[in-house]
Amino acid sequence: MNRIVFRNARLIDPETATDDIGTLVVEEGIIAGREASGDQGGTTVIDCAGKCLAPGIVDIGAKVSEPGERHKESFKSAGLAAAAGGVTTMVTRPDTLPAIDTPEALEFVTRRANQAAPVHVRPMAALTKGRAGREMVEIGFLKDAGAAAFTDCDAVVTDNKVLSRCLTYARSLGVLVIGHPQDPGLSAGASATSGKFASLKGLPAVSPMAERLGLDRDLALIEMTGARYHADQITTARALARLERAKAAGLDVSAGVSIHHLTLNELDVGDYRTFFKVKPPLRSEDDRQACIAAVASGLIDIISSMHTPQDEESKRLPFEEAASGAVALETLLPAALRLYHSEQIDLPGLFRALSLNPSKRLGLASGRLAVGAPADLVLFDPDVPFVLDRFKLLSKSKNTPFDGARLQGRVLGTWVDGLRVFGGEGA
Amino acid sequence: MSFRARHLLGIEHLTQEDIGSLLDLSDSYVALNRRDMKHSDALAGLTQINMFFEASTRTQASFELAGKRLGADVMNMGLQASSIKKGETLIDTAMTLNAMHPDLLVVRHPHSGAVNLLAEKVNCAVLNAGDGRHEHPTQALLDALTIRRAKGRLHRLRIAICGDIAHSRVARSNILLLGKMENRVRLIGPPTLMPAGIADWGVEAFDDMAEGLQDVDVVMMLRLQKERMDGAFIPSEREYYHRFGLDADKLRNAAEDAIVMHPGPMNRGVEIDGTLADDINRSVIQDQVEMGVAVRMAAMDLLARNLRAARQDEGVMV
Repeated sequence: MNRIVFRNARLIDPETATDDIGTLVVEEGIIAGREASGDQGGTTVIDCAGKCLAPGIVDIGAKVSEPGERHKESFKSAGLAAAAGGVTTMVTRPDTLPAIDTPEALEFVTRRANQAAPVHVRPMAALTKGRAGREMVEIGFLKDAGAAAFTDCDAVVTDNKVLSRCLTYARSLGVLVIGHPQDPGLSAGASATSGKFASLKGLPAVSPMAERLGLDRDLALIEMTGARYHADQITTARALARLERAKAAGLDVSAGVSIHHLTLNELDVGDYRTFFKVKPPLRSEDDRQACIAAVASGLIDIISSMHTPQDEESKRLPFEEAASGAVALETLLPAALRLYHSEQIDLPGLFRALSLNPSKRLGLASGRLAVGAPADLVLFDPDVPFVLDRFKLLSKSKNTPFDGARLQGRVLGTWVDGLRVFGGEGA
Repeated sequence: MSFRARHLLGIEHLTQEDIGSLLDLSDSYVALNRRDMKHSDALAGLTQINMFFEASTRTQASFELAGKRLGADVMNMGLQASSIKKGETLIDTAMTLNAMHPDLLVVRHPHSGAVNLLAEKVNCAVLNAGDGRHEHPTQALLDALTIRRAKGRLHRLRIAICGDIAHSRVARSNILLLGKMENRVRLIGPPTLMPAGIADWGVEAFDDMAEGLQDVDVVMMLRLQKERMDGAFIPSEREYYHRFGLDADKLRNAAEDAIVMHPGPMNRGVEIDGTLADDINRSVIQDQVEMGVAVRMAAMDLLARNLRAARQDEGVMV
């Protein structure tokens, strides 16, 4: 029998909200228990030396640029980056070229992922054909083909009739629809959040109110249709109040936030640094703090990387013209640990948002340390400091806002279904 | 001279002393420009390239004349159409020009921050001639010189900037400069043309001309772009003129000896009354044009001195 015993591990269990030294036993790729019973054949013993062992990260909304822009990121490079970052499941975005809007395209992605990526890949599908916001995709066929959720990503469906029909149809199939709460009119042309900084820098900016407007619209249609809904990124205090009310009213809604909106603010753009241009734009420090508090309280359910590879050419442009997005599969965990080191969120709380909640929301069995869960695990040292060098990232694209940043926390090993996909022997 | 910077990208990083020395040198160039023999050799042997990614007649002419009077070899490049349409990026254009060994690059670009980006990639001095709605430092300096000469000082004045503040790089550079020199700045305009976060700028904002102009010493009008006139930001041209256009009647709220300024080109009958603009007792608009050439001569002179000093330090022959 294939058996791994993680001894002397600091077990971070988001389900029980515990953080204790102990042993975790894995048998045939499944978590078997907390007790090592006698010496048996085929057992690998790993002495974790008190380092943290947590359920692997389930990252909703990572972009792999296949098909269409493989020079930016392939399933192989994204998969290696994910493994190095402790991400054991990538839930990939359909905003590729062309969009993943047919079962055939989804099968292509699934096949490529299985060939090339060392971690689980659960592809999402577009909600409307070509993400154009006019006709719904074959939601039923796509669900059968394995679509994890349905989203048009940042292409907001503006026609309420179209969206309400998509949601009504989605509800009958019980699938999850992911929205990008952003009023497209108010945010048109914007590359920063309105306020003193954007005004001084002369950047076209959008009021943070555009997010609340977008969320209000989506929530009204959810109330009308009863569909299952997840807001990909909630980044402003104003929208949080609306989210809280919707949850209290019993709507089947959840919300995410990107790691960048939790660890950076609008001022980090500085002198037009395009690696800090993301969608929605970075917010004020007050909004950042409100989002951290919302993750700590559980109002925001999920932290994701919003991994968006962009090549040098699309970033070496004036800020307004430069592409949005940042790579983050490898920096997600060390950046998230900033919130642990600043004592704003404890480790079980972080992994609730990184692993357990996304897994639950998508109906997956992973994201837990419970007996019977798949052995998707990450072993990491939360304290080791390092300075990030973007050229050492495994992603093909190197557009990280953390280049040269001091970070704390390194992944020592990553296991997917009990197989080690990152890190050498031992701890 | 205190101004030691390699580039002039904006007012933001200048000190009071920098501004003072730039204006002092400009004064001497005003005198030079009024002589028959208007030539100096401050830029002799140097190459100045004017890269205008956005159409401009006045500013480009002003920089060209300034360079020629200082003895530089001046080349103008209108880049609105040609290379951009061929898909060349800003960086590629800059690198191509850089290979021709220019000493001064004068750059105007429609996007904020584009000139900063370009300055990182070339090894000559870069002078921002306007980037998006970010900064237009020589305009603010020429406005400051005009005020200093008309009012005898550049501090403790009440100065109103009126019109389309939100889209104006002239307003941003002026707010920064006039604030650094310890003046009281007021912004007047319709709320749709006011930038967000104005409360944090150390200025007072008004949406009523009569109120905002009360007792000011200087009235700076801004140009309203044609494409902003119909319906999008303001209801109509005529309503704008009625509420925010400067005429003799509204000017009566200002101090008796208040001067009227405009960066040009003017929309007569939109933001300013034509007769008032031509009134030599109030309007210093023609002086601004004159000061513009002098200020640009001073700025390029100082940048060239800094460039030569830097090259000497690096052991490069100039």
